[in-house]
Amino acid sequence: MKSLQEIQAIRDEMRPELELRNVGSTEAKSKYERQVLICGGTGCTSSGSPEIERVLREEIEKAGLTDKIQVVKTGCFGLCALGPIMIVYPSGAFYSRISAENIPQIVQEHFVNGNPVKELLYNETVDGDKIKGLNETSFYKKQHRVALRNCGAINPENIDEYIGKDGYQALAKVIKEMTPEDVIQTILDSGLRGRGGGGFPTGMKWKLARTIVPDADQKYVCCNADEGDPGAFMDRSVLEGDPHVVLEAMAIAGYAIGATQGYIYVRAEYPIAVERLEIAIKQAREYGVLGKNIFGSDFSFDIDLRLGAGAFVCGEETALMTSIEGNRGEPRPRPPFPAEKGLFQKPTILNNVETYANIPQIILKGADWFAGMGTEKSKGTKVFALGGKIEHTGLVEVPMGTTLREVIEEIGGGIPNGKKFKAAQTGGPSGGCISPENYDVPIDYDNLISIGSMMGSGGLIVMDEDNCMVDIAKFFLEFTVDESCGKCTPCRIGTKRMYEMLDKITKGQATLEDLDKLEELCYYIKANSLCGLGQTAPNPVLSTLKNFRDEYIAHVVDKKCPAGVCKDLLEFKIVFEKCIGCGMCAKNCPASAIERGTEVAPGKKLAAFVIDSSKCVKCGACMANCKFKAIVKG
Amino acid sequence: MATKKTVPFNGTEEQKAKLLGVIAELKDQQGALMPVLQEAQKIYGYLPIEVQKIISDEMEIPMEKIYGVVTFYAQFSLYPKGKYNISVCLGTACYVKGSGDIYDKLQEILEIGGGECTADGKFSLEACRCIGACGLAPVMTVNEDVYGRLTVDQIKDILAKYE
Repeated sequence: MKSLQEIQAIRDEMRPELELRNVGSTEAKSKYERQVLICGGTGCTSSGSPEIERVLREEIEKAGLTDKIQVVKTGCFGLCALGPIMIVYPSGAFYSRISAENIPQIVQEHFVNGNPVKELLYNETVDGDKIKGLNETSFYKKQHRVALRNCGAINPENIDEYIGKDGYQALAKVIKEMTPEDVIQTILDSGLRGRGGGGFPTGMKWKLARTIVPDADQKYVCCNADEGDPGAFMDRSVLEGDPHVVLEAMAIAGYAIGATQGYIYVRAEYPIAVERLEIAIKQAREYGVLGKNIFGSDFSFDIDLRLGAGAFVCGEETALMTSIEGNRGEPRPRPPFPAEKGLFQKPTILNNVETYANIPQIILKGADWFAGMGTEKSKGTKVFALGGKIEHTGLVEVPMGTTLREVIEEIGGGIPNGKKFKAAQTGGPSGGCISPENYDVPIDYDNLISIGSMMGSGGLIVMDEDNCMVDIAKFFLEFTVDESCGKCTPCRIGTKRMYEMLDKITKGQATLEDLDKLEELCYYIKANSLCGLGQTAPNPVLSTLKNFRDEYIAHVVDKKCPAGVCKDLLEFKIVFEKCIGCGMCAKNCPASAIERGTEVAPGKKLAAFVIDSSKCVKCGACMANCKFKAIVKG
Repeated sequence: MATKKTVPFNGTEEQKAKLLGVIAELKDQQGALMPVLQEAQKIYGYLPIEVQKIISDEMEIPMEKIYGVVTFYAQFSLYPKGKYNISVCLGTACYVKGSGDIYDKLQEILEIGGGECTADGKFSLEACRCIGACGLAPVMTVNEDVYGRLTVDQIKDILAKYE
């Protein structure tokens, strides 16, 4: 148990160490000459960062540099496409896609001789003889990190480093200087809206939970860390890289609404996040920032973890609470809203991880600071998980109102292999596909809804001309059918029927009348489902029907898949003029569907080959093996 | 119950003692059933009806509720997994980069469907939703090992590593 003074002493002691982690910070009075930060997030861990860390420590010891170089395992840096990532401070040398075999060379040349190994650095950071810092690269330059500010900058398993970054100062401030009403007013004034999908004003939620049942004997603060949208992983990154920020924010929420107990409902599929949360909770209890009489006040607050078990619907607030209670995670009808009757029938607030990650900063820097970023109705920043057909897959945090073009072209590095941008999918299975004509719309909650998508939790999957939009809609419906809990009929049966209709379309068996029926069914399901899952399940279909209707028509009327994805509608053809008759296609055809024809193309020496489409299984092996690009599909 | 191949239950006394310990520890918490089921699955590897029965008796919760909860969540399995459990990510980021083809190929090579186990008990196969390694898409895991940036022709070699 530590007093506020002791915590502040730790902060002052840690500061010089953390200041070294700024590019070119030669002034910092760190105990070490260099600090090496290695990403220990899920992405880099999967590609071998634990082994790199082990070898690194070994080599540093061998070189006798243990006193001079500190190795720090951090959370996610965000640029997952370049993982495993390692950054050396104070120079800021950014090693990307390294392996354990590179380590002896880096230790010898860089740490012993003082010459960074340039060929292993991320090429954008090498400028002749100079090394540029991370913040000057196109990926980081336009980012503004609030929720992610500590991710990749501190060791998440060490509470002292979090304290060194002003950690738990916001909690101290609310307890010592603010009334619960002040706290709620600050959050209201900041304009913060829920980052989990719906975009409901966070302060409003807190206010309701504080006031609606004045004589409640128990209230709860819950954290939704059941990040279920496929392709979104910002919550995981915050939990892995900065778990204390969530604990601190939940305690602040507890103070504001008058709760003494919090629950974090986290996906069991995130083992690293779970482990770091467990460590963080333990440390926070030891320091007395969780537990009884925090900072010597009357305020007590504790947090327990509950693991999810792989049900997407548990991201819905009432379903999540039902699940924590130990039941099938089925949603309940609202009202009563959780602020009145939530977990165990007590007043409850539920916010998601990214929402919480903003709270301590808002308390410390003030509502005006936060409200100064973003658009009129969407304040602050938003984290997006960039994935799919994009160069820089990873996490980016930008002010609300940044355009899709800036995110994809400038930060994301554009689309690989010279392909054309076709669509961006946001909001996961509840969202929609944005077409190129909305490339320059500023992204915020309301604009996304007006162009037929939604913010969701911030997954942003980029698609190019090789992706079929009908197939994508079908993919999401398959997901919803699978994840529908079955409680209400419109969702349980309706989504299944939608899936069947989409399947028919991708097989070329549908009629134009089916398209109308599909659309009608979408509106019916939206209007009549019990919870958010069903109400938003038709969005991927509606948005693609609206923005990419031509593609649906091509499937239905012409029986063609323009992107060449839907196998039943594909036909492979050899372009006679290009075929030199080498026979590689026939050799690789598993179905013996390709034979030499009788005619020789002009300027070629051997007779061209021909595909017998009745035998073709549409595997694409011929196309992959033709060096002359003489085979086309369509 | 679905008809999938399975093996007879052969839980040990030691496993049972461990489970009883877990139940005794967690029983008085509010909403203890989920944590108990999660621990039970760690102990036995899956949740056959015999294990559910023990939990039902000890926690005084009706079997129908326990079965209802077990079958609701994807993480709980009524069937044992193979020695090597292969999980292919079919999340959006992996899907648009071709993980569907990887999944098809595995089914073809192993001659089993999703959620099934090979007759020799060696491999089981499942599809999972995003494991969050989207930067490595497409991704599959074999037990704890993660394989990223996969192509279909790597599959045979990867499987050959698990003898």
